[in-house]
Amino acid sequence: MPYILHSLPYFVAAWLFFCGLYGLVTSRHLIHSVICLAILQSSTYVLLLAIGYRVGGAAPIFADIPPGTVTVDPVVQALMLTDVVVEAVVVALLLAMVVKAYEKSGCVSPSDLRTMRG
Amino acid sequence: MTWCGAGILLLIAISGFAVVRTHDVTEQVIALGFYGLVTALMFFFFQAPDVALSQITVGAVALPLMIMLALSRMKFHKATRQKEGEHE
Amino acid sequence: MNERLRLGIFLVAGPVFLGLYSYAALNLPPWGQYRGPYGDLIAKLAVYERHATDTVNAINYDYRGFDTLGEEFILFTAVIGVTMLLRRQKDVPSSPAGKVADRPPLSESVRAVISPAILITTIFGFYIGLHGQLTPGGGFQAGVILATGSVLVYLAANTQAFKRITSHVAVEVIEAIGAASYAVIGIVPLLIGLPLLTNILPLGTTGDVLSAGTIALISACVGIEVTAAFLLVIYTYLEEIVTGEIPEE
Repeated sequence: MPYILHSLPYFVAAWLFFCGLYGLVTSRHLIHSVICLAILQSSTYVLLLAIGYRVGGAAPIFADIPPGTVTVDPVVQALMLTDVVVEAVVVALLLAMVVKAYEKSGCVSPSDLRTMRG
Repeated sequence: MTWCGAGILLLIAISGFAVVRTHDVTEQVIALGFYGLVTALMFFFFQAPDVALSQITVGAVALPLMIMLALSRMKFHKATRQKEGEHE
Repeated sequence: MNERLRLGIFLVAGPVFLGLYSYAALNLPPWGQYRGPYGDLIAKLAVYERHATDTVNAINYDYRGFDTLGEEFILFTAVIGVTMLLRRQKDVPSSPAGKVADRPPLSESVRAVISPAILITTIFGFYIGLHGQLTPGGGFQAGVILATGSVLVYLAANTQAFKRITSHVAVEVIEAIGAASYAVIGIVPLLIGLPLLTNILPLGTTGDVLSAGTIALISACVGIEVTAAFLLVIYTYLEEIVTGEIPEE
């Protein structure tokens, strides 16, 4: 039991991934699917954070602790910063495409978009 | 893994499921804002303050803002189309 | 592919992926025992080598500065995409810019609260942007704070004030200057004979605002670019509602 509890972050990441993917597959509104994509992308945050953590480590900011204290991994946090930026940017571009598709075709559900063509 | 950390992780899992299962888009945006805040809380708890600041500003402020702007533009477009349809 | 086919593929492929993932997750090193050498090395050396106390920003803007350059250009390209998709073409006739629904301003108590909030948000945004190398923060967070603070102006006053801040050509020029100056800061060491994006400015004393060489400068450039980028995106979404000109099909 304690071994499974120590893998809890990895399974929470998998649960979020499958939630987002399920929402994306069975969505009936284009903006709902964009939000589910954001949930899908945030499962990687949990995974990266879990890999870089060290029990008893401090935050890697040496403004008030002496350099040399045991900290958590700062490289993974730099990767996560880039990840957060990319999520915001991808959602902005996808929303622009959704708005344009709605203005051109008038329907808002992904399965209806197929039938309106030409 | 302390109980507090496990509790926050479970809260994230439940919030993520709630966001996906909300069908009205306006309500889903508010749920997304809450999910962003809970994720930022988890980042603070796991000793990542820089990423937590990023997540608060992006995931709880900028992302719901952009989605609401897109929604309002779609509603505005629909309202003007209806008005033009009535005039003809 | 219709819905049932999508759901069927998901239900078949999902458990397979879950099985492989569980096998991998249970064989990882136990959670909380990070043993990699790279992170510990940087945490030990970043304060002495770069005089910067925020290790994560030192990695972002100095040790892995090339990745952040790519990320800034991702932001730049996406904003180009958004404005190209949603901007009105110049030759499509539009109904005259008549009745913007310039609703009466919100009640006095809301405006009384929002005005100091705008001031505090702007000052806080500048503080976070300037102290990127000392405390958590940096250019990107400051840019988003300043850009979403402008929406408070839209709430407090009417749309005229909002248009005056965001719809100018100057916002686009500022964003381009921000992105280009990051590239220029990277190319200048090449002209001297050092590798790309080397930290060539004097490093200063640890703990000062003007320390850590090019990290502070790059952080400021990134902040300028991100502010202008988000302002452009917000204005592009709101353009029809704010100006009242609706294109006729």
